[in-house]
Amino acid sequence: MSTSRRVVVTGLGVVSALGTGYSEHASGLKEGAQGIKPIQRFDTDRLMVKIAGEAAQFEGTDHFEKSELSMLDRVSQMALVASNEAMAASGLEIDDALALRTATILGSAMGGLNTLDEAYFTSYHDMKNRVHPFVVPRLMSNAPVSQVSMKHGLKGPAYVVSTACSSANHAMGQAFQMVRSGAVDAAITGGAEAMLCFGGIKAWEGLRVMSKEACRPFSKNRNGMVIGEGSAILIFEELERAKARGASVLAEISGFGMTADAGDIVQPSQEGASRAMRLALDDAGMNAEEVGYINAHGTATAMNDRVEAATIRSVLGDHANGVMVSSTKSMHGHAIGAAGALEAVATVMALSEGVVPPTIGHEEDDPDIAPLDIVPNQAREVTVDAALSNSFAFGGLNAVLAMRRWIGA
Amino acid sequence: MTKTVGEKVKEIIAEQAMVDVAEVKDDATLDDLGLDSLALVEVVFGIEEAFDLSVPYNANDPSDSEFDLSSVQSVISAVEGLIKEQGAA
Repeated sequence: MSTSRRVVVTGLGVVSALGTGYSEHASGLKEGAQGIKPIQRFDTDRLMVKIAGEAAQFEGTDHFEKSELSMLDRVSQMALVASNEAMAASGLEIDDALALRTATILGSAMGGLNTLDEAYFTSYHDMKNRVHPFVVPRLMSNAPVSQVSMKHGLKGPAYVVSTACSSANHAMGQAFQMVRSGAVDAAITGGAEAMLCFGGIKAWEGLRVMSKEACRPFSKNRNGMVIGEGSAILIFEELERAKARGASVLAEISGFGMTADAGDIVQPSQEGASRAMRLALDDAGMNAEEVGYINAHGTATAMNDRVEAATIRSVLGDHANGVMVSSTKSMHGHAIGAAGALEAVATVMALSEGVVPPTIGHEEDDPDIAPLDIVPNQAREVTVDAALSNSFAFGGLNAVLAMRRWIGA
Repeated sequence: MTKTVGEKVKEIIAEQAMVDVAEVKDDATLDDLGLDSLALVEVVFGIEEAFDLSVPYNANDPSDSEFDLSSVQSVISAVEGLIKEQGAA
């Protein structure tokens, strides 16, 4: 494979339970802040699960005119706010030529679920015979990606990837491959998800995998996942182009691996997950011994964390216990289709700022996990040269990104 | 004739296990009947719907749930307990 074209990250934008903007998100990650709290934005009376990684500070009216909001579900609002920040931070100027050579590829599992939930309520509960005229353009899964492409005038390949919890990693992996192959020169990529609404939580309650108390990945007393929401957008650029314009490079995307378990619709598979991790390492030309940090899928379900720990051991061998492994879902919740993007930002932070985010909520070592270093409860200041970010979705769809610290070259 | 709680529970389990209700013996474990984790979640849902109950069950730690799913008889007893507790029919 030609590796002459290299891909770097030149801009970040975030909306999450830890705050709006990269600096708030990153501060939260460094402090080990608790973004998971009682749900504020809707009534939880009839819900069993009353906590979430809700971006409670995020109000559409703070960012958009009323006329704009009628066309924007919360998921698109978040994607737009994060993309505006990432574009501004990168300093990328989209001229007529670059517009044609820039991709917009986002992950989103559920699209405009708030819009759907409200429209169903209006139709079935209120018995109204009409819904708002923009229900369809608000709820369609590609609405966030289309809104971002329209906002920034991006006319290259644009689409949404929907692979549940791996959506954003698949989206970023595709963006990486397109920039590396020369199909495009830049990409706006990442993910957006806003499924915190009554119907969204109710659906997840049914599966009986949610915690009512806290997200405690890798802790022996973990008892389930906690849903989050948000958007993270990353600007990917071909290295020579970024250097030529004097962009500040935050990290290099160096490899990507994806596999399917072809097994079970909800149970994870060590075989499928480890193949994805190995493919990402091979694609990056990265030895297992080089990996300093892994941002784990780490959902805090009994099964995921046990299988993921075994997967990491099988891929890294003796080096596994020398690697820092953390699940930032413990702080911002599981943002489903945006999860990989929020976690890629955490990984870029570890590489560019030399701070590895912790796994908070750690209360009790689990013999199935130990002696893996899960960076319990407190961030660690340490230089990391190479990192992986794992996403293992329902449906057995695995996607792993490999990244390197940028040291100039 | 009204069915007993035990008969209704056995019907729910039999449906998920795809066996004749006569094969669902009191001392059988749900594992013996071939019920995997997703089938257990469906059994819990079936019980909640049939008896209008809320069953405390977390798939992450079935052994620690207040609802004992270890055998057919334990499920029946747990349902009878919940009916008393939650005052449902």
